[in-house]
Amino acid sequence: MAITTTSAAFWKGFRDGAPFILVSGPFGLLFGVLASEAGLDVLTATSFSMAVFAGSAQFTALQLMQEQAPTVVILISALAVNLRVAMYSASLTPYLGEAPLWKRAFAAYFTVDQSYALSIVQFETGEPLSLNQRLAYFFGTNGLVAPVWMSATVMGALLGNQVPESWGLDFVLPLAFLAMIGPMMRTPAHVVACFTAIAVSLPASMLPYNLGLIVAGLAGMMAGAQAELHLPPSGRKDVTPAQAQETQA
Amino acid sequence: MSDIDPITLWTVIIGLAVGSFALRFAFIGIMGGRTMPDWLMRHLRYTAVAIIPALVAPLVVWPTPTGGEPSLIHLAVGCATLAVGYFTRNVFAGMGTGAVLLIGYLSLFS
Repeated sequence: MAITTTSAAFWKGFRDGAPFILVSGPFGLLFGVLASEAGLDVLTATSFSMAVFAGSAQFTALQLMQEQAPTVVILISALAVNLRVAMYSASLTPYLGEAPLWKRAFAAYFTVDQSYALSIVQFETGEPLSLNQRLAYFFGTNGLVAPVWMSATVMGALLGNQVPESWGLDFVLPLAFLAMIGPMMRTPAHVVACFTAIAVSLPASMLPYNLGLIVAGLAGMMAGAQAELHLPPSGRKDVTPAQAQETQA
Repeated sequence: MSDIDPITLWTVIIGLAVGSFALRFAFIGIMGGRTMPDWLMRHLRYTAVAIIPALVAPLVVWPTPTGGEPSLIHLAVGCATLAVGYFTRNVFAGMGTGAVLLIGYLSLFS
C-alpha cells in the first residue's frame, strides 16, 4: 500500500512497531519487578523508565546501585552501555536532520533500538517519503512500544511488591544480561570483545570503586576494534578496499 | 540487599536522563552531517558487547545468592543462558532456559 499522507505514514510505523511490544513489554515488566526488589517504589521506578527510556542502561544502573558503586562509575557505565543510541542518532540525521529543532528534540527522546531499526530500513529501502512523512513514520514506530514500556514498568513495580524475598530474584538480572549478550555477538570481533572483557573483568574486580568494570569494558572495546582490523571480515558489510587489503596482510 | 540511598538514586536517574538524551541528541541536533573518525566508530561498535559481559562475569563467578561463594550451579546456568542466547539469537529463549534451570535446581535441592 502506497504511503500518500502523513497520517498513513504514522499508521504504517505504528503497525510495523506493534510486534516489538513482545520485547518491550516483558523487559519493562522485569525492570519494574527488579527495581521494586531493589527498594524503589512504584513512582520512582516509573519515573526512571520515563526519564531514561533505555532498558539495558537502566538494568546496568540498577545493578551497580545495589553494589554501592560510586555515582560517577554508575553513570559512566550505564551511558557506555547506551552509546549505541548516539550512533543511531548519527545514522538518522540525513533523514530527519532538517526538521525543526523541537521536533528533532522529540525524535531524540524516542530514539531506541526498535524505532531506529524499523525507520532506517523504511528510509533506506522503502518508497521515498517527504520529511513530514518520515517523522510521522518514526513517531509511529513508538506508538505502542513507548507506552507499553512505561505501563509494563508500573505493573512490574506493583507485582514486585507481592514477590516474597525468598524467591531469590538476585540472580535474575545476571541471567537477563547474559541472555542479552548472545544476540549481540554478530561477528567474530564481537565475540573477541565479549570474551576479552570477561577475562579482564575477573581479576579487575579487585580494583576499588567498581573501576574494574571500566577497565574491562575498555579492554574489550580495544580487543574488538583490533579484531575487526585483523580478522576476516565475515558478516561485515562496510569494508573499504584499504581495510580489505589490511586484513589480508 | 541494602536499600539504595535516595540521593544516589535520584542523581543517577537525572544524570542518566540528561546523559541519554544528550547521546541521542548529539548528532541529530548538533553535529548535523559531520562524521566521526573511523578509529572512534570502530571502538564504539564494541561498547555494549564489552561493558555488559564485564558487568555480568563477576556476578556469575561470585554470585550474590551464595553470598559471593563460587557455585558450580550458578556458573553452569549462566553459561547455558549465554549459549542459548547466542545460538538462537533470541533473548527470551536464553532467559527462559536460565530461569527454568535455576528454578529446577532450587526446587530439587533446597
